[in-house]
Amino acid sequence: SVQAHKEEDGPQKTMEVNRFTPVPASYDYDLIVIGGGSGGLAAAKEAAKYEKKVMVLDFVTPTPQGSSWGLGGTCVNVGCIPKKLMHQAALLGQALQDSRKFGWQFTEEVKHNWMTMTESVQNYIGSLNWGYRVALRDTKVTYENAYGEFVGPHTIKATNKKGIEKLYTAERFIIATGERPRYLGIPGDKEYCISSDDLFSLPYCPGKTLVVGASYVALECAGFLAGLGLDVTVMVRSILLRGFDQDMANRIGEYMKEHGVNFIRKFVPIKVERVEEGTPGILKVTAKSTAGEQIIEGEYNTVLLAIGRDPCTRKIGLDKVGVNINEKTGKIPVNDAEQTNVPYIYAIGDILQDKLELTPVAIQAGRLLVRRLYAGATTKCDYVNVPTTVFTPLEYGACGYSEETAVEKFGEENIEVYHSHFWPLEWTVPSRDNNKCYAKIICNIQDNERVIGFHVLGPNAGEVTQGFAAAIKCGLTKEQLDSTVGIHPVCAEV
Amino acid sequence: GKNEYDLLVIGGGSGGLACAKEAAQFGRKVAVMDYVEPSPQGTSWGIGGTCVNVGCIPKKLMHQAALLGSALKDAQRYGWNISQPVHHTWSVMAQGVQNYVKSLNWGHRVQLQEKKVKYFNIKGRFSDPHTVRGLTKAGKETVVTADNIVIATGGRPKYPVHVAGALEYGITSDDLFWLKESPGKTLPNFILYVSLECAGFLTGIGLDTTVMMRSVPLRGFDQASHLSKKKQFFFTTQQQMASLVTEHMESYGTKFLKRCFPTKVEKLKNNRLQVTWKNADLDREETDSFDTVMWAVGRAPDTKTLNLEAVGVKTNSETGKIIVDASEATSVPHIYAVGDITEGRPELTPTAIAAGKLLAQRLFGQSSELMDYDNVPTTVFTPLEYGCVGLSEEAAVQRHGSDNIEVYHAYYKPLEFTVAERDATQCYMKMVCLREREQRILGLHFIGPNAGEVIQGFALGIKCGATYPQMMKTVGIHPTCAEEVTKLHITKRSGLDATVTGC
Repeated sequence: SVQAHKEEDGPQKTMEVNRFTPVPASYDYDLIVIGGGSGGLAAAKEAAKYEKKVMVLDFVTPTPQGSSWGLGGTCVNVGCIPKKLMHQAALLGQALQDSRKFGWQFTEEVKHNWMTMTESVQNYIGSLNWGYRVALRDTKVTYENAYGEFVGPHTIKATNKKGIEKLYTAERFIIATGERPRYLGIPGDKEYCISSDDLFSLPYCPGKTLVVGASYVALECAGFLAGLGLDVTVMVRSILLRGFDQDMANRIGEYMKEHGVNFIRKFVPIKVERVEEGTPGILKVTAKSTAGEQIIEGEYNTVLLAIGRDPCTRKIGLDKVGVNINEKTGKIPVNDAEQTNVPYIYAIGDILQDKLELTPVAIQAGRLLVRRLYAGATTKCDYVNVPTTVFTPLEYGACGYSEETAVEKFGEENIEVYHSHFWPLEWTVPSRDNNKCYAKIICNIQDNERVIGFHVLGPNAGEVTQGFAAAIKCGLTKEQLDSTVGIHPVCAEV
Repeated sequence: GKNEYDLLVIGGGSGGLACAKEAAQFGRKVAVMDYVEPSPQGTSWGIGGTCVNVGCIPKKLMHQAALLGSALKDAQRYGWNISQPVHHTWSVMAQGVQNYVKSLNWGHRVQLQEKKVKYFNIKGRFSDPHTVRGLTKAGKETVVTADNIVIATGGRPKYPVHVAGALEYGITSDDLFWLKESPGKTLPNFILYVSLECAGFLTGIGLDTTVMMRSVPLRGFDQASHLSKKKQFFFTTQQQMASLVTEHMESYGTKFLKRCFPTKVEKLKNNRLQVTWKNADLDREETDSFDTVMWAVGRAPDTKTLNLEAVGVKTNSETGKIIVDASEATSVPHIYAVGDITEGRPELTPTAIAAGKLLAQRLFGQSSELMDYDNVPTTVFTPLEYGCVGLSEEAAVQRHGSDNIEVYHAYYKPLEFTVAERDATQCYMKMVCLREREQRILGLHFIGPNAGEVIQGFALGIKCGATYPQMMKTVGIHPTCAEEVTKLHITKRSGLDATVTGC
């Protein structure tokens, strides 16, 4: 970044800060990170290693239902961690069923206690929040539980819970404020519906639930709620898992349907009303077809909205410092060094435009960015071939191109798709589905049959996919895949 | 005269069947001879070999049964109200497993039929390099001649014949998986992973299990002396990983009698078994009674009754295994061998299958591709599983020198263990790399749940010559155990605490 030194009138005057940054007087901090989530904390801790004076501002605006949480961001509090634990609870429910066939005996009816699970999960999360506080303290990173917003060049205002405001200046900033769930904008949505922000700490069992949305959040939540024995319906406007390989997405949906999740396709809610008070109460949902005039109604204990997430970038004063955002989406465009259009302001994590919304990506980006800033490193974050896993009842791991995208980019005649169904050995004895687990790899014929896409649907998909992602990073070809011996008997050998 | 078949495969196991079916794809006339000599206890089984009947398959299923036992305990912490106590019934599990195995036997028979491979259920012996004779169960003599013969007879468990009563009263893995009734209080006598795996799942389903071992886990060449040099490295130098695995088993409930070796087994009036052993540490004799004694003191190649001497097929004098070259050829033209029977090869199903297929492709399909035995991944399915690929730390040090090796390692905690309040002390991984230039990865070792699933993909990476920087560039999948591999950064050399902390 180029810094032109010029006499300036003062920090309050709004100016074209990408060309006329003020003469650096001594700043309060070398680096202020706004947002104490996966990306923000990783960056802050890394910067502290290089003995920089760092501050982290983290603040959680309570949800319409009043839910809030501690330091750590989405992943730790209302994302990956509680999600995977509740998914595990659901998997254990299935394991209970399987175990009878493997000789285990216990009472016929086994019920699940939501409060026991949620309490354990929240206790664990609490320990993580605490761990982060300690880690920041140990690395001498200043942490304030306050809402940060820009008020002028190099200057931020931090407002805490009590409304007390403080001003801080820093040489550089990293915006890592992440996202929050979107609401439908229909009557009753904020009053009566919950989101993933509320679900993982819900102090009562959600009961009969309507999940609105077809994102991975919607399907993962619907999946584990059904696995715990609840009556779950998913209302989908159009397709499942937009952006993912659609063949795999449909298989996931089919599996969920066969295992007790109801789907209402091509409808959107237009009104939510409360019929009965209680925890949970009874809500009435009115929905309209997207393909005509049909209206349907349904009653549920809980309505969970999972229709998408919006970046927390509209109310942090970006206009005061001239940081461009995509007006429609709220996302921040950055160059390949995570720099915004304002040279001393960077951004990482879910708020970035055209980047993957994943914890490990945010962490990687944050660390590498800081190393470039303070340790003379040049390595940039590699966003190519980032593996992901969707933790639906039948897990889906993927790395690289979806089949559609590969066809689009390379042409159908230039790609070869190898695929196979498989039956996990552990599913044989309990007679679980023998034609649901599936794997496919997409190869680029013109490039030595290089593996450009990997997709697997089955148990432990994340564990399976991770190693393949490393291999794809090494330029794996079909020939090398064929010449690698399998471990027997595991799912991954397929 | 002309030989009746293009290919005769002796042994219908992983390697044999793969070879036969592949050869049949090329339109060749193929025959398979398979025969199971009943164990001393009288156990026998159908076509498919060790893996299907008395190896990988039933082992993994019983391992799964044990894992489900742990899952039942975890489930309570996750909110499931299961009334205590929970019982395990061996016969329900055994029946489920045995039925599945039988379906596999059936499946193989059908496949052979579909591919027009002739199946002989006879015990063959060579009469000349192209002729094998045998008696059917009914006593009828059958003569089979073939242009090419592949020996894939595998191995059978050894008995410690110097221990009085070992043969009469003890069982082996050949019998364990076919027991109709619970083995009760069991003593698996240990040398290899077989014993640890069995002890592991027996403990997991609630049985009182003790493992007796001559010395501390996998240390000392005496236990491994019957193995090839290559395998010696694998077993005798995995001390760190082996001790983590056995430590976990101890905390899990398996008892270990270390530095003890049995001297005799006697039967008691109530049909239980009295085992007497020498405790080397305390230098005294000790004794205890068990319901079952299982020997897992190694496997011997099944070559005795083949009459190999008559045709001149050379075997290793120490191990008894058949000596083959890189193309699986024996010392006699047109006679080949694949699988556990061959000297210097890993005793694994996937390598036997791959080798068998490639052999058929070379014989009948104009291929020249040889089997690559390097970097074969494996997994030991103990209660806490151990998966690995490539070199052990010690082998790497031996080959390259400790100054040229960097070992990255980490102790981690699987997320699912947190709420379940399970002990993750032994969950550990290490990556052995070259220090210089591109820092190629020589070996990866992982202890934890689903170790096989974790290691498989990385084995591919290693096949592609993966380097440490490439591993670090690979983004992790969160939250999984496998992602910790992509985050390894603490070296053993640094002496720093290798415990993973938080996200």
